[in-house]
Amino acid sequence: MSAPSPTTPPVVGKPAPPGLAARLALRHRAGGVIVPLLTALIAFLIGGVVVAATGHNPLLAYRDIFNGAGLNWIFHPTTSTVDAAPYNLTQTLLQTTTLILTGLAVAFAFRCGMFNIGGQGQYFVGLYIANWVGHDLAGMETFPHVVLAITAATLGGAVWAGIAGFLKAAVGAHEVISTIMLNWIAIWVGTYLFGDGGLLQNTANPALPISNNVADSAKLPVFWGDKDLQGLHIGFFIALAALVIFWILLNRTTLGYEVRAVGFNPDAAAYGGISVKKNLVRAMAISGAFAGLAGGIDMLGYLYRYGVSDIPVSSVGFLGIAVALLGRNTAVGTLFGALLFGGLLFGTTHGLQSNVIDPQLAGNLTYMIQGLIVLFVGADVIILTIWNSRRKLRRRAGSA
Amino acid sequence: MSRRAGLSRERLLDPRSVGKTGILLGGLACFLTIPPIQARSIVWTVLVGIVAAAFGIWAVTRGQKRVGFGAMASGIIGVGLGILATRSGTSNLNTVFRPDLVASMFVFSTPLIFAGIGGMYSERSGVVNIGLEGMMLLGAFWAVYGADKTGSWIGGVAIAMLAGGLMALIYAFFAIHLRADQIVGGTAVNFLAVGITGYFFFQLYHGDNVPSGISTIPKVNIPYVENWRFLGPAIGHLNLMIWLSFALVAVSYVVIFKTPIGLRIRACGEHPRAADTVGINVYRVRYGSVVLSGLLAALGGAYLSIGFGGGAFTDNMTAGRGFIALAAMIFGNWRPLGTFYAALLFGLSTALAYRLPVYSGTAATLFQVLPYVLTLIAVAGVIGRTVPPAADGKPYVRQ
Repeated sequence: MSAPSPTTPPVVGKPAPPGLAARLALRHRAGGVIVPLLTALIAFLIGGVVVAATGHNPLLAYRDIFNGAGLNWIFHPTTSTVDAAPYNLTQTLLQTTTLILTGLAVAFAFRCGMFNIGGQGQYFVGLYIANWVGHDLAGMETFPHVVLAITAATLGGAVWAGIAGFLKAAVGAHEVISTIMLNWIAIWVGTYLFGDGGLLQNTANPALPISNNVADSAKLPVFWGDKDLQGLHIGFFIALAALVIFWILLNRTTLGYEVRAVGFNPDAAAYGGISVKKNLVRAMAISGAFAGLAGGIDMLGYLYRYGVSDIPVSSVGFLGIAVALLGRNTAVGTLFGALLFGGLLFGTTHGLQSNVIDPQLAGNLTYMIQGLIVLFVGADVIILTIWNSRRKLRRRAGSA
Repeated sequence: MSRRAGLSRERLLDPRSVGKTGILLGGLACFLTIPPIQARSIVWTVLVGIVAAAFGIWAVTRGQKRVGFGAMASGIIGVGLGILATRSGTSNLNTVFRPDLVASMFVFSTPLIFAGIGGMYSERSGVVNIGLEGMMLLGAFWAVYGADKTGSWIGGVAIAMLAGGLMALIYAFFAIHLRADQIVGGTAVNFLAVGITGYFFFQLYHGDNVPSGISTIPKVNIPYVENWRFLGPAIGHLNLMIWLSFALVAVSYVVIFKTPIGLRIRACGEHPRAADTVGINVYRVRYGSVVLSGLLAALGGAYLSIGFGGGAFTDNMTAGRGFIALAAMIFGNWRPLGTFYAALLFGLSTALAYRLPVYSGTAATLFQVLPYVLTLIAVAGVIGRTVPPAADGKPYVRQ
């Protein structure tokens, strides 16, 4: 890990290898929207090869996943709500809501040149706090209760990530290591909180390692679908608003300017009078705030309670990495990335009704595609090479 | 105190060694109250703890702040745990602190040692490997498949290493040749491994139908020793892989610090340009180190499934052990022996976590989280700062 310790003098006379943000900028210029599309395409192709090699029809499998995600609703939107398609679509959008926010968390830190791999932990902290505030303050009016719980969850995520930002700014501890450790600490904190004798364990049945339900006053209103069947809640609009806030914050404020400057080149930023340390902490805290918000609205929107056994299953924080990388760490890109993975997440598991591929296989196919996307997105060179050779071929074809 | 009498006068008054002795005494303060010594009076633990803290204060006043504060913390924690132990029932103590706790510690530390040492090779050569978890998981699954299909645990281990090595090779290609961001690449490896193992586990075994009684890595029963009172249960029946992990640590120490190969690996991790200048093929050394880390991580995974797991695989069965291994490597300051001690400490922590529910689930959880908290403290530089290789994580471009 490349954390510069305060004692090592900066190497003079040698150009530093391009930083993460600089390389991303390169890719912005070079690829536009094509590179992410190409990346996703290659990942789906390789996934399809695996599916075919194990004796399933990949085209039919992808069609069933598409339908499982409820995206076939687009072709016949007038079907009644009893049908599977609208229900599946609400579930896909529920996942999308979470992934937008965990994606933004990763993206924001990236724009400051940091890799926040701790979205999962920050998400959990938001989840715990929302459950605590949502249950313990029962009897409040709905609006202040919801606002209070969501704010608390957001702040919780911000503090959790802020620890990593502070450690990086204060002693140069690499944020990847500290956020990984904070992830696992958050996981075990949750195991304690909801577990036997934990602070947030339910009061009704002490034998169950599950939390209390949040009070009705803290639940987010559902605007599409059945409230008792995990309908789509207004957190979806909070996530969309977060996308706008993310864009404004980064592109139209001094804070965003400083954060991006530090991301491009910390030395140049410092030379220009920007406090690098302050921005590292700030960017990390804002990044964590997005993830904490995700946990908060998940808890108040449709989970309502959480158990010890739910903790190791959740991977939305990690999926946020793939979402942000695929979305090139921009607001619009993150929206589409979240939509893709939201659809994959639900369409390959609970939504999938297929005689071609089992949900267990398809669910793991999602992980494979996610891994492949992250792998190829990380290797901008390979995608650029393919893209450039394509252009070269076209030029050659044009001149011939 | 008698073990200090034989030391020379300079050594005796060196604040650093005094501080280190203080840390050990803090551990002793706690150790006195548990079986086999099991002093039931708090006098002994408090006395030893005070001495430990005093050593710490002395070291701090002589400028050795980190070691000194460490000794003070060790003394206080030792006394705290010691008092807790004297308060709890003798039978409970005997349940937790049987001699086989030592064996249990080795069981939990072995996968950490394999993956941690593997990670050390990779990072010493300048390639960050947070994909250890994934390579371990691949090893765990393909070991089961291999042992099932070839009918022998040796085949299982071989196929596990093949899978881990192959994934490491792919990762190395992306990290070294394509100069992909290594954290992103490692994350991808972890995702891929979850997907691949989960997919093929269902495809090949329908998620649970691993035939029972597949060949597993044998235990080593040491004649005579296995019947001894303390050492018998502690080291008499350890798995072959546990002994191999000890050997691996010793060999790695020699390789890294005493051989030209180790010097080359370290050179590539500290200053690849200089290494290149003197004719070392940086790419080749890095490829070798990363693939080696994949092989070793897969061995750790194979131990989980066909060693101590008895031939069973479950989805995502590594459950973060790769990350604890990474933590052990960092806590051990990117050194073989340091990694070994850290892995033992973390293994003991996990072993205790599995036994402490006789007292309370909370205490057990506390010991589960201990490795991560300790590593966080270590990277924060509160007690003894960890220093990674200078070029760790930086892609190298040949000129």
